[in-house]
Amino acid sequence: MNKNKRGGLSRYSQLLVPLIAILVLVIFNLIRDPSFFSVGLTANNNGDPVLQGNLISILNGASELVILSMGMTLVTAACGGQDISVGALAAIAGSVFVKVLKSGGSISPLLVLGGFLMCCAVAMVFGAFNGSLVAFFNIQPMIATLILFTCGRSIAYWINGGATPTVASPIINAIGSFIPGVPIPTPILIVLLMGGLFALLFRFTTLGLYIQSVGINQSAARLNGINAVGIKLLSFVILGVCCAVAGMIGVSRLGLINHETLLINIEMDAILAVAIGGNNLGGGKFKMIGSVLGAYAIQALTITLYAMKVPSTDVKAYKAVVIVLLVVMGSPVVKEAADRVTKRIRAARRSGTEKEAA
Amino acid sequence: MKKLIAVALVIVMCLSLMPAAFAADDVIKVGVVNNPPSESGYREANVNDFINVFTKENGYDASFFYSIKNDEQLSAARQFITDGVDYLLISAAETTGWDAVLKDAQEAGIGVFLFDRMIDCDPALFEAAVVSDMAKEGETAVGWLLDQKLDTYNVIHIQGAMGSDAQLGRTGALDEQFASGKMTKVVQQTATWDEAEAKKIVESVINSGDAFNVIYAENDGMAKGAVAALDEAGITHGVDKDVIVMGFDCNKWALRELQAGNWNYDGQCSPFQAQVISDMIHVLEAGGTIEGLNESKQVISVEKGFDARTITEEDILTYGLGEDVTVG
Amino acid sequence: MKEDIVLTMRGICKIFPGVMALNDVDFTLRKGEIHALMGENGAGKSTLIKVLTGVYPKDAGEIRVDGVEEAITIRSPQEAQNYGISTVYQEISLCPNLTVAENMFIGRTKGGTVNWKAMEKRAGELLDSLGIPARPRQQLSNCSLAVQQMVAIARAVDTDCKVLILDEPTSSLDDKEVEMLFRLMRDLKARGVGIIFVTHFLEQVYEVSDRITVLRNGELVGEFEVEKLPQVQLVAMMIGRELENLSVIKKENPSAAAKKEVRYEAKQLSSTESRPFDFYIGKGEVNGFTGLLGSGRSESVRAIFGADPVTGGEVTMEGKKVRITKPLDAMKNGIGYLPEDRKRDGIIADLSVRDNIILALQVLRGMGHPISRAKAEAFADEYIKALVIKTASTETPIGSLSGGNQQKVILARWLLTHPKYLILDEPTRGIDVGTKTEIQKLVLKLAEEGMSVTFISSEIEEMLRTCSRLIVMRDRNIVGELTGDELTQSHVMHTIAGGGGESE
Repeated sequence: MNKNKRGGLSRYSQLLVPLIAILVLVIFNLIRDPSFFSVGLTANNNGDPVLQGNLISILNGASELVILSMGMTLVTAACGGQDISVGALAAIAGSVFVKVLKSGGSISPLLVLGGFLMCCAVAMVFGAFNGSLVAFFNIQPMIATLILFTCGRSIAYWINGGATPTVASPIINAIGSFIPGVPIPTPILIVLLMGGLFALLFRFTTLGLYIQSVGINQSAARLNGINAVGIKLLSFVILGVCCAVAGMIGVSRLGLINHETLLINIEMDAILAVAIGGNNLGGGKFKMIGSVLGAYAIQALTITLYAMKVPSTDVKAYKAVVIVLLVVMGSPVVKEAADRVTKRIRAARRSGTEKEAA
Repeated sequence: MKKLIAVALVIVMCLSLMPAAFAADDVIKVGVVNNPPSESGYREANVNDFINVFTKENGYDASFFYSIKNDEQLSAARQFITDGVDYLLISAAETTGWDAVLKDAQEAGIGVFLFDRMIDCDPALFEAAVVSDMAKEGETAVGWLLDQKLDTYNVIHIQGAMGSDAQLGRTGALDEQFASGKMTKVVQQTATWDEAEAKKIVESVINSGDAFNVIYAENDGMAKGAVAALDEAGITHGVDKDVIVMGFDCNKWALRELQAGNWNYDGQCSPFQAQVISDMIHVLEAGGTIEGLNESKQVISVEKGFDARTITEEDILTYGLGEDVTVG
Repeated sequence: MKEDIVLTMRGICKIFPGVMALNDVDFTLRKGEIHALMGENGAGKSTLIKVLTGVYPKDAGEIRVDGVEEAITIRSPQEAQNYGISTVYQEISLCPNLTVAENMFIGRTKGGTVNWKAMEKRAGELLDSLGIPARPRQQLSNCSLAVQQMVAIARAVDTDCKVLILDEPTSSLDDKEVEMLFRLMRDLKARGVGIIFVTHFLEQVYEVSDRITVLRNGELVGEFEVEKLPQVQLVAMMIGRELENLSVIKKENPSAAAKKEVRYEAKQLSSTESRPFDFYIGKGEVNGFTGLLGSGRSESVRAIFGADPVTGGEVTMEGKKVRITKPLDAMKNGIGYLPEDRKRDGIIADLSVRDNIILALQVLRGMGHPISRAKAEAFADEYIKALVIKTASTETPIGSLSGGNQQKVILARWLLTHPKYLILDEPTRGIDVGTKTEIQKLVLKLAEEGMSVTFISSEIEEMLRTCSRLIVMRDRNIVGELTGDELTQSHVMHTIAGGGGESE
């Protein structure tokens, strides 16, 4: 029983790093400004009640990153590599979304739904393209996705043919900002929805087991009847859907798409989130919740730096320092050292209680 | 039979080449080396401007090449020289590496005009450079802001990608005000031209509770991001409202925001250099010389700043870039 | 320290969470001897080696080596090497795409510069003196496994080595290659190197070793001179009980098997890796493929399972024509396959024992029908008990189990699918004697219950004990089929060697 319990706890030990990171940021901010995380209810310019505060900013701002890191986790686990084209693909998806919205006169809910389905479909096709390069042709994921990384934003531009097309509609505003009457930013709700979908997917299908099996030992997985190629492809297609959702949120936030800057450099943050979440970038076992926490930690860091009014030129340096610390904290060397220390403490405690008992 | 066909083909080919050979005498051959239109809304307008000015109707035979890579631009320029263009128009991807090509052009008797971007070289190698003065754009905007005669200036300054020409120019004038103490810097942060990032920066200021009454965003997109944050927080903005909103680039949709009174100011960064160059070419073709140039041979584009209170529909249609707003 | 002793380990203890891996173990190695370290899986052989090479820190005890006054502490394999202790592991840890000479000297050059000529000359001399059939400039991957292993040994020996540890060096070599390796070992022995030889092959121990140290359950059983320890007694010591006579395992009557209905039949089956062949197996029959390594025996069963792309042939399952082109097809037809290379094709190392056990059944049920946690737990518990799998919990990653227990988990995986036809390719390789017997018994029991089993093993003895029909392969072709009285070691040998089977 005791053994089982310990096994159960250690299953979550990989979440330690992102949790500590978030905790440290929380404490640091509370010391700096005790009211940092206070959340208030105000009325926005439409007169609707909305929640406001740094906590909301962090949760809201991280939405796209969280969704992308969910998908990135799957690709990483199944293929042992990362997709660096997620930002570009999100731009393509966003561009398709805008294109559809601009196609039909007035923006109706049906048109928005059509736009979303369309951008999902396009993103899935591109995801399948990436996936087939990786799964069929055994190209390293980073190399395979380098193609879309390089040309994706040009494709996004080409779809709309204009540099920064805008779309204005209450429906778009409801997706990217607030649904009238609901004080929680919609992107947060979409993240919850995506999280729920993934939870259901893992609960009611064997996707998790298959992805991990393929990621750990493709040959063995194949000999147990798992379609390894299909699973890899599937992971990229799912990531494509994540890109579509992220792209849609990104576009809806401001009702505008800038192909060059929409979710720019987010691929690196998504990969980082996966790594901070304690997932092996070489594939295999994964914990999606780890990546999610990692993503929130990264966003919390960004917001903290803004709140500290760090000069523009220094922001990257600060970020780099913190990230180096996080990655080192999660490294095998440090983990082993930590393991040794806890073991020693445990042993000391055990001998202590034994002595007491004696 | 075969021979006959061959002869016929040769004749057809010669005939088809002849108009081009004759045409060379009365049209002006121009090679344009530019950055690709996908780069930005500004570039798109810039590319279209050249396409619209250097037309057959205006007496030009123009070829265009677009790349963001300097070496590709260089080889394209060489190709234009080989093709025997009369004028070479260049917006270089990088400021260096052009000396040899420009010398070749000069030796071939080709007139070179630089536009939009300067090249590090001897001004003797080109006829004139038609460029924007980003610093002046900043001064115009800050001058407008001072004219508003606010009691206090608490400014949120959202910067573009650090080190870019536009950022340096548009930041300079405002930094002077911060240094002199006339304006107070609430926050100065780069959003690297990213709209969403600009929104986060403003959000964080709102969350901190610091007072501000001016948002100075170094392009339209970031201004839009900033405004989104204000809207969500229930802070009014625009003409005679709590916060003054300033942007740059004069996208059509941004000028519409001005027109609706949601924003206060938008500074122009003119992508329209083609007409100026065309005029100068005509002067040269007529055997004249371009007058009024200083040592650096720079011709600064005339750039305006628009005030929400005075902007007209005509301004929007004339100076606005990109497509117009469709209201859904 | 006595003159001829190069290494002593005294009272070595090593504790892992919940397990006493080594308890007060002594070990002595003399100059110029080959010393076999024997024990079942989990007896502590690997742990002892890892303590000696600094992979694990020891929890108690002392280690002394010749030439150092006080007891030493070894913190890393590099330190071990500095003390003259070199290891050649089961999996060869060289770089296949470098040359032989480069592999021998990589990481050992001084000051970052390399004198290629001198390096190749030195390598050539060393290879010659050790009688290793390789040229310095040959790419390593072009050498046979045995030669690669010998290069690894040459590399180890060249670093002024007093103690050479060979961890299962022969498990992937054929007889000729083993003989070559033994020659090298004897040569090194003559030069005064003390060799620790870890292996599962009893015959090899008796062929080459001078002394044997036996471990059981992390404790020292004793140290013996080879001549004074009969083989049967050694096995008894290893498994801790008097050895049942393995050959008494009851095998079914071959004539009865022949009459049984055919369960699986293939006609001119071929894959990208195997030539067309005919094959059948009856209900409740145990048959086997035998032949030398590379004879095509593994490739044949892989074709049956659809593990390699199938290129032709007709397959019937219980009289019905079926199409088997990929593993899932085979599984759906009730075929299970325990692959030859457990690490590469069998285990999903980081996944738990539970997930590894349910994997095949889960795949058969389909993606939309996951086995519930509770049910999976129950399945795992059932088979852990049934097959006596030694694991801390169902949650333990399979990779941390000993080889024999990993093999049992894979076996459990297939048994859980209740196959009609089970293919076992080398199920007993690298496994201790006790487990071997268990697996053999299990095979016969399953057959008795009606399961068809195809069994492959490099040990002919083992096949003779379990199979009622042997298909003999040579050079990727079936060259004979032996049943009944033909099932003798010499008969099989002759058939494998060619032209002998019938003449006797």
